[in-house]
Amino acid sequence: MTTSIRYEVDADGIALLTIDLPNANMNVFNAQLIDDLETCVDRILADDAVKGAVITSGKPAFLAGADLSMLGSMSASDAPASLEDQFEAAFRLNKILRKIESGGIPAKTLMKSGTKPFAAAVNGLALGGGFELVLACHHRILSDAKGVILGFPEVQVGLLPGAGGTQRLPRLIGIQAAAQPLMTGQNFQPQMALGLGIVQEIAPADEVIAKAKAWVASIPSALAPWDKKGFKYPGGAGAMDPRSVQTFIGGNAMAQKQTWHNYPAVQAILSAVYEGSIVPFDTALKIETKYFMKLLSGPVAGNMIRTLFINKQAVEKGSLRPKGIERKKVKKLGMLGAGLMGAGIAYVSAKVGMDVVLLDRDIDAAEKGKDYSRNLVKKGVSRGKVSAEKGDALLERITATADYADLAECDLIIEAVFEDQALKADVTAKTEAVIGENVVFGSNTSTLPISGLAKASKRPHQYIGIHFFSPVDKMPLVEIIMGAETDDATLALALDYVSQIKKTPIVVNDSRGFFTSRTFGTYVQEGYAMVQEGINPALIENAGRMVGMPVGPLAVGDEVAIDLSYKVGMATQKALGDAYIKSPADDFVTKMVMELERFGRKNGKGAYDYPEGGKKRLWPGLGDHFPLAENQPDVEEVKTRMIVRQAVEAARCFEEKVLIDASSGDVGAIFGIGFPPYTGGPFSYIDTMGVAEFVALADRLAQDYGARFTPPQMLRDMAASGETFYEAGHPQGRKAA
Amino acid sequence: MTEAYIYDAVRTPRGRGRKDGSLHEITPIQLASQMLGAIRDRNDLDTSHVEDVVLGCVAPVGEQGADIARVAAINAGFAETTAGVQVNRFCASGLEATNMAAAQVMSGQSDLSIGGGVESMSRVPMGSDGGAWPVDPDVAWNSYFVPQGISADLIATKYGHSRDDVDAYAVESQRRAKAAYDDNRFKSSIIPVKDIIGMTALDHDEYMRPETTMQSLGALKPSFVEQGAFGFDSVAIQRYPEIEKINHVHHAGNSSGIVDGSAAILVGNKEIGERLGLKPRARIRSFASVGSEPTIMLTGPSFAAEKALKRAGMSKADIDVWELNEAFASVVLRFMEALDIDHSDINVNGGAIAMGHPLGATGAMILGTVLDELERSGKSTALATLCIGAGMGTATIIERV
Repeated sequence: MTTSIRYEVDADGIALLTIDLPNANMNVFNAQLIDDLETCVDRILADDAVKGAVITSGKPAFLAGADLSMLGSMSASDAPASLEDQFEAAFRLNKILRKIESGGIPAKTLMKSGTKPFAAAVNGLALGGGFELVLACHHRILSDAKGVILGFPEVQVGLLPGAGGTQRLPRLIGIQAAAQPLMTGQNFQPQMALGLGIVQEIAPADEVIAKAKAWVASIPSALAPWDKKGFKYPGGAGAMDPRSVQTFIGGNAMAQKQTWHNYPAVQAILSAVYEGSIVPFDTALKIETKYFMKLLSGPVAGNMIRTLFINKQAVEKGSLRPKGIERKKVKKLGMLGAGLMGAGIAYVSAKVGMDVVLLDRDIDAAEKGKDYSRNLVKKGVSRGKVSAEKGDALLERITATADYADLAECDLIIEAVFEDQALKADVTAKTEAVIGENVVFGSNTSTLPISGLAKASKRPHQYIGIHFFSPVDKMPLVEIIMGAETDDATLALALDYVSQIKKTPIVVNDSRGFFTSRTFGTYVQEGYAMVQEGINPALIENAGRMVGMPVGPLAVGDEVAIDLSYKVGMATQKALGDAYIKSPADDFVTKMVMELERFGRKNGKGAYDYPEGGKKRLWPGLGDHFPLAENQPDVEEVKTRMIVRQAVEAARCFEEKVLIDASSGDVGAIFGIGFPPYTGGPFSYIDTMGVAEFVALADRLAQDYGARFTPPQMLRDMAASGETFYEAGHPQGRKAA
Repeated sequence: MTEAYIYDAVRTPRGRGRKDGSLHEITPIQLASQMLGAIRDRNDLDTSHVEDVVLGCVAPVGEQGADIARVAAINAGFAETTAGVQVNRFCASGLEATNMAAAQVMSGQSDLSIGGGVESMSRVPMGSDGGAWPVDPDVAWNSYFVPQGISADLIATKYGHSRDDVDAYAVESQRRAKAAYDDNRFKSSIIPVKDIIGMTALDHDEYMRPETTMQSLGALKPSFVEQGAFGFDSVAIQRYPEIEKINHVHHAGNSSGIVDGSAAILVGNKEIGERLGLKPRARIRSFASVGSEPTIMLTGPSFAAEKALKRAGMSKADIDVWELNEAFASVVLRFMEALDIDHSDINVNGGAIAMGHPLGATGAMILGTVLDELERSGKSTALATLCIGAGMGTATIIERV
């Protein structure tokens, strides 16, 4: 018997397959389900008493895709099977789904005979392999229940839909309509799916099975459109039809623009669609599987699955939370400072139902901070994303005030006042005077060490860093910083709060710049160092994006503000004294700020010019003040410097135990500072290169450009003993000793 | 090695490559056949001596498909023993075809062959033959494919050609072409194209706009801004990351015109010329083709020229007249800079910006044009070259005899 699928045949001879994985709240394709599906399909095809079948799910969702940990073990299989065996294994699900569609009948016969009809009763969301199973059925009925979507998120973890998705979807709706969802993972809402002909019907949730059965009962046999004689690929296909030619020429350009050649899955998806569109369907499925295998054997998919999926989910589900402490819910947040950050934190908190007291030095400033929420609500209502009632309720939860007494009832305080130790001490004292004794006090500082700030608190064990990123409503990460005395209960509450606002936490120990700002700073600084060395600024900016950062170092430096870099740099030099490692970036920053008064976007003059009404462009004067070197480096060298510099800093954070483990370092780097997602994060990057190779490269860069590249001793030790940050088959990364 | 001589060179006038162009009603087979016929008739040639016809054609599909060279030879009434082969080296196909005809002679495998080319761009539009290069993701991504207009703008950006620079070049091309016409310089080589009842369909290059000025060109919008914004600028920059932003300067007025046309060149060894009473006009000193970086695509001519010079044992100073196909203004500007050539020594009678570029035929046309110029001016040596899709260059050096 099958344990993950219930098999029932009704009086009309229609089999109902109900997918219901034991001990799971979500159906996913794992080895068991694949075995069971094949068993059921074979049984239906072999049993003359069975006329056809309906596939549905016994859980709220239909099927959420493949079990990604299973894919991980596929790539790390220790027995080196032959290519042919590997292909057969990878092709298996494709083959089973094709059997649903074709009855296992050869194409020429099938065209005339048809096969037993299969209908999908899609009662909930169907993603990835789930959507592929739906597409393999001859008839598809979608429930009108809330949250039902169809989509192929595979590309977001470096894969392609490998069970017919790249072939069936474009054959249904045309290459042009299918390309974008396949290449970006963008979902189909039910009405859109119906309009495009991806599903035949939308029905009330409790009627999908009955309607599916009625369809099966209504016809003697069925055929997919591409198995019918004279099938024409909608919208054209291949290299000869001018319509598909235009689609591919445009798609190739657009996808290269978006991926900077860093995401092999996007190219593989286009190739699978293109090559598959020229050949018969059964051959096309094989091509798809081969591209799938290519992706799985490269480093990108494994790294993306581990960090972007498995480890991101782990921290969101509480892997960093101390055990044995009761879960708490923040009901009322006290937000000190209604500037850009405070206003954003107030918004994301009120959005999930929290009451927020938004306090600033006067009521006007506090109201101005609330305006941030008013604007976002207004935008959301006008775009139909939120109802007017819900928007009003959100705004009602935010109380703008200048009166500390209003904080009395709060069960969490976060301060985001100006980065000034004395000012922060002052607001801490004023707040602690009115709040309850057990209320946690969080600081959103991005630069000042938490242990130092905690000195101003009467209860330093309840003081913690809760570091957001700008813009708060868009950036997914929150970096929690433990001060020297912060206790576990405080950490647990901070994590509970982050979970409430649906953000991704990492936990780090106190250090100047913590983990994210410290690592990110090295990216900008390396860009500045290169300008100082005479490297072409356009080359620097393009190389930053080519290596996968969201923006070039000079552009982002302008956003952060160069004079802020200057101030932080001066403070750091002062604090570190002789331990400070000087970089050519210091000279660049000093000159830009002190001599040229170019502070960044904020005064309209930075590494870029910001012409009014026009697009920003690199400041032509850079060349006068930082003359171009005669010999310009290869772009690969520039890329390497920018990514290795960050990875060295991350490794230092690991060695200094600023980071707790490699996995949260990887998650934090990608979601906090835009470290290239295709790498899986700095530690995955080092592992992928090989620790010894990385150490050798960093040593070479240190020789050529300065001690800031010198790898920490820990990396040398790891290289010597052949250790890595991750062990094969274990997504949980190495812990900082 | 046997020496190869050019005995004759003819071309059609170039018709606007649109439905209202004067050659639109003429089939490409007719264009090619009439040029083969002209070679025969002007030289009173017994075509059984012609061993092969090599014709360039860039969109060899539809009515230009299925070996148009052989079909045109049959249609022109050539002896059935005259073979035909169609070749495709994109924009240099006509020159490549002539080089191949010369190679047959030089290697002693043919005494007399015809090189040339044909393209009816109004009837078989550019790109009709498809191809994997821009379409197949495997190729497009790995080669950083961009369309030629983006490449031309990339050249202008990389080498600092302003919109004024490229427009000024275009105005001068129009002026020179007009002056050449006023001086009847093309007369001996242009064969009027006849229609099916023998009426003249066209007897001059009808694409020319001698009234062109900097001001009139200034009104034209750059042609490749949208393509660039769609993604191709980014692809180009990923290959040339030293560039901040592509400066789009090319438009219809400073790029080669889309036209219909055909050309043919008679090439043979010395003995056959003597035997048939043909007078050699020039000796082919050398030729060369070379690959260059495919994204910037159109910088191949200088490399091809250097290669051909080296093969001929010549130096730049030994060339009296230069001819480079005016695919885009920046291509010529870059070539002049790369080889330090004075504008007065290159494209002296205008070029494709003024008169058009019938892809498969142009190479043979400009070789004929530069030979006429040598004879007119009494000069001795010339080098003809073209930039080529996917990053190539082809060049041929001739010497008047």
